[in-house]
Amino acid sequence: MNLSFLYENIHVLLPEAILFLGALAVVGADLLRPKDGDGRGLGALALLTVVAGLVGTAYIWGRPPATYLGGASLDGFALGVRVVVLTAAFFAVLLSMGYAPRITWQTGEYYALLLLATAGMSLLGATTELALLFVALETFSLALYVLTGIYRRNPRSAEASLKYFLLGGFASGFFVYGAALLYGAGGTTDLALLGQRLAAGEANTSLLWAGMALLLVGFGFKLSLVPFHMWTPDVYQGAPTPITAFMSVGTKTAALAGFIRVLGTALPAQQATWGWALAVLAVLTMTVGNLAALRQMSLKRMLAYSSIAHAGYILVALVPGTAQGTAAALFYLFAYGLMNIGAFAVVVALERTAENDVDQGGFRGMATLYPALAAAMAVFMFSLAGIPPLAGFFGKFLVFKAAVEGGWTWLAVLGVLNSAISAYYYLRITVAIYFDQAQAVPARNAWAGLNLGIALAALGTVLVGIYPSLWIALFQGLGG
Amino acid sequence: MLDYAWLVLAFPAAGALLNTFLGGSLGRRAVGWLASGAVALAFLASLGLFAQLMGLPGHERSVTVHLWDWIRVGTFQVPAALLVDPLSVTMALVVTGVGTLIHVYSVGYMAEEPRYQRYFVYLNFFVLAMLVLVLSDNFLGMYVGWEGVGLASYLLIGFWFDRRDASYGYYADAGKKAFLVNRVGDFGMALAIMILWTGLGSVTFLEVFAGVEKLAAGTLTLASLLLLLAATGKSAQIPLYVWLPDAMAGPTPVSALIHAATMVTAGIYMIARTYPLWEAAPAASAVAAWVGGLTALLAATMALVQVDLKKILAYSTISQLGYMMLGVGVGAYAFAIFHLITHAFFKALLFLAAGNVMHGLHGELDIRRMGNLRARMPQTARLFTVGALALAGFPLTSGFFSKDSILFAAFERSPALYGLGLFTALLTAFYSFRAVFLAFWGRERDPDLFARAHESPAIMRGPLWILAGLALAGGGLNLPRVLPLLEHWLEPAVGALEIHAGLGLEMTLMAVGGLVALAGIYLAHARYVQEAAWAQGLAQGLAPLRPLLERGWYVEDLYRAAVVEPLWALARFSAQVVDRGIIDGTVNLVGQLHLLASDGLRRLQNGLIPTYALSLFVGVVVAVLYFVFG
Repeated sequence: MNLSFLYENIHVLLPEAILFLGALAVVGADLLRPKDGDGRGLGALALLTVVAGLVGTAYIWGRPPATYLGGASLDGFALGVRVVVLTAAFFAVLLSMGYAPRITWQTGEYYALLLLATAGMSLLGATTELALLFVALETFSLALYVLTGIYRRNPRSAEASLKYFLLGGFASGFFVYGAALLYGAGGTTDLALLGQRLAAGEANTSLLWAGMALLLVGFGFKLSLVPFHMWTPDVYQGAPTPITAFMSVGTKTAALAGFIRVLGTALPAQQATWGWALAVLAVLTMTVGNLAALRQMSLKRMLAYSSIAHAGYILVALVPGTAQGTAAALFYLFAYGLMNIGAFAVVVALERTAENDVDQGGFRGMATLYPALAAAMAVFMFSLAGIPPLAGFFGKFLVFKAAVEGGWTWLAVLGVLNSAISAYYYLRITVAIYFDQAQAVPARNAWAGLNLGIALAALGTVLVGIYPSLWIALFQGLGG
Repeated sequence: MLDYAWLVLAFPAAGALLNTFLGGSLGRRAVGWLASGAVALAFLASLGLFAQLMGLPGHERSVTVHLWDWIRVGTFQVPAALLVDPLSVTMALVVTGVGTLIHVYSVGYMAEEPRYQRYFVYLNFFVLAMLVLVLSDNFLGMYVGWEGVGLASYLLIGFWFDRRDASYGYYADAGKKAFLVNRVGDFGMALAIMILWTGLGSVTFLEVFAGVEKLAAGTLTLASLLLLLAATGKSAQIPLYVWLPDAMAGPTPVSALIHAATMVTAGIYMIARTYPLWEAAPAASAVAAWVGGLTALLAATMALVQVDLKKILAYSTISQLGYMMLGVGVGAYAFAIFHLITHAFFKALLFLAAGNVMHGLHGELDIRRMGNLRARMPQTARLFTVGALALAGFPLTSGFFSKDSILFAAFERSPALYGLGLFTALLTAFYSFRAVFLAFWGRERDPDLFARAHESPAIMRGPLWILAGLALAGGGLNLPRVLPLLEHWLEPAVGALEIHAGLGLEMTLMAVGGLVALAGIYLAHARYVQEAAWAQGLAQGLAPLRPLLERGWYVEDLYRAAVVEPLWALARFSAQVVDRGIIDGTVNLVGQLHLLASDGLRRLQNGLIPTYALSLFVGVVVAVLYFVFG
């Protein structure tokens, strides 16, 4: 039997292969590590794996388009998704290095699952086939369910894990049902082929629409679009903070990548129908996310609602169904990754480990105690609020520009109004940092990885804002 | 060849900058002398310009020195350029010359002042702004200087912003009043510049003057009247004169330099500078003449009853500026500038002498508590008397010639204006010598104060003797008919006045003017020194007018009721009802609604998995309905 087809174009999945092997290596190293060790070496190994993944991505950068076994393809979009996902993973490992040993003795599992989740997310950007898409989705979801509950001494962590798992299973059920209906409609799981059959009128459209509706639910859950968002605050609050930071960016990027693949490859002709559904969802998501964030005391819950709102903004970019919109969404995710992970990193720095959270009072007068940390947090908050010249501003600018140019001006207007609402809760943090008297001296967590992560995120947020053209060009080149 | 003209501006600019940044480490004396030296160097540079202009034939005495392109926006082109001509050089000489003397005087006068450095920085800045005003070759540059001197005036009136007394209220408020009243005039100037630019496409003086005929008569009159409004602000004329008496809250050398000799004459200068507009807008000129004549009379009447030495001088300044305005209004630009120069001499002298009195009496300025001060401060008494003689128009003093020139020109145009001016001259002589006799003659009314009075140090007398010499002999600048030096010198810049009347008439009017001055002085002598019965009776007879004059013809009360209070009411309405009620209320309501919505959403988030699943399921149902049946 000739198995050479297995190796043909295997470079298409090089980064995922590296991540997968890295996960195995972490598990192996975990077995060998001394019992009294703190697992610091495992963190370094995980970091190395992520960096190797980035190198692998760079290695296959710019190669001619190729597919692997008809299920995954090498194209600019897949590369762009990997950049964002691997960047998020890079920061997550940095944040975890001093964190994981405090909350669990299973650091090996922790890093292995983190790498597996990264591999799943990364794969989702490359896949062009419904079944593989589902596998990738479940790969990272299952890893995240476990990671959410890995802080076992903290009841909230366990509760979050269970909620996430149950609701995630519920949503996955709809997703797989939807995928099955699509298969029924077109007789194929290959998205491109499905698109061709739809165009040729060879598909069963009533099955198609039912399948589309259920797929939307599945993606909507992962993206935490309203009304599929209710798990988000509880899970974000309960999960260990570095994991929250990672999934707030990684899950969104991966799910959005899959969503864009399905809509852009299989259903581009139906944009008139799904465009409106996405527009309504975007408005609901932005509005509910921002409104609910206004009154949150817990910073992690506030950031959870904020991430819901940001999912709404990103969705705005998909509504017109243009390549420009796709590029804008990727740019937004990259900018969002830097500033949002940065904000969670500051939470990591300030939280009491036992509480696994920090409330708004924890920021009072922080500027006098930790001026550098305060400045970084201010940068993240201003950027999240979309204030120029930071990364978040250009993300919003591109997204709304794509909407306006696609003829969805009213949607952009609602987005801008929402952005104004969001300024309230972001700037409230900044005000507390700089204008309030310090109440008590919060002990600040610090380890090299954390400090490096915060510094890099802040630097990135500023640099992407100052030289947006560089990054815009990068993601526009990948958009197609 | 006049390329170094920028030095005139550079010296005071350098003085202000050096004192700002290094003044703290220089030591007090050095700060004062540095500032004085900067102005003295500017004076020398101006003298250089003067000498070089003299060397040119008359029709070439107008040189534009281009420094750089300031604004280039489409067709809106403004150069940063200086216009060096007889008028601007004359003004520069007055500003830097009198300015140098007053700087030197300030070194002594402000010796005990804690904010010494700041004072000299402001003073140098003022000189810089004033020179920008007089040397600029275009309206916009003049406007910059115009605003600059306004700022300097504001800063220096409120120099002792932390002081407060019964006469001025908070000194800071006096500064604010000056600034706000001037804003009204400045607004007029801005509008005038816009109108001229819209009509002619240029703001350069020479280009505007060349295109005057292209403007419609109505437009031209409107622009001129707006310029007149600006002049009434800066030069304290009806209706905007009310700020000048309060400006006396500033240090006395400031009153001498800014609020007597130089800044307040900017309006007169501006009209003389733009005379082609006024020649072409006779209606506006007539308004200016009447504004000047009436201001001269009104202010003189108010000066009659003042008891504060500096306020007498302040009202007198308004009155004398009225003469100048009358002069430019009747087209006698050279005479107005002549009076501007002599007034700068004798009024600076009077203020500085008043400063010496204030200094020697430890801040007291009420002439009712003075008397016989010539016994304690003989030099100051002599200096003040010289200034008063010139102000009164005593024959052969500088004020006599310059005032009579204006009155003569007024007689040619309108006997009514001449009558107004002549009567004002009588009042002027009276109130000047009222001050002299009450303060320096007679008996000491407050023995305690008298006992402590002392003469001022030499540094505060030397500059005054120079000014006194100029006040006495300054008439030599322009002896009518005999030696009209200034008229000839200014002719290329402000044109020549056509005189139809004969020599006999002019001599008669001059004699009348001299007699009126002597009559006023005699009246004051009879009333305050001889205390003659007939003079007392006359005073008794006029006593009913006293409250009216003391209230300043109720002008301030009228302004308060008609302008200030309604504006306050509007401001309160805007702040409390519109801003706090409607605008803030709307904003807060929007915010509250959002927070309420937030609370509602928070309640939905009850943490129960069935609720969450239900929400998800609702989404499923809606999505399926939309896609399958929609």
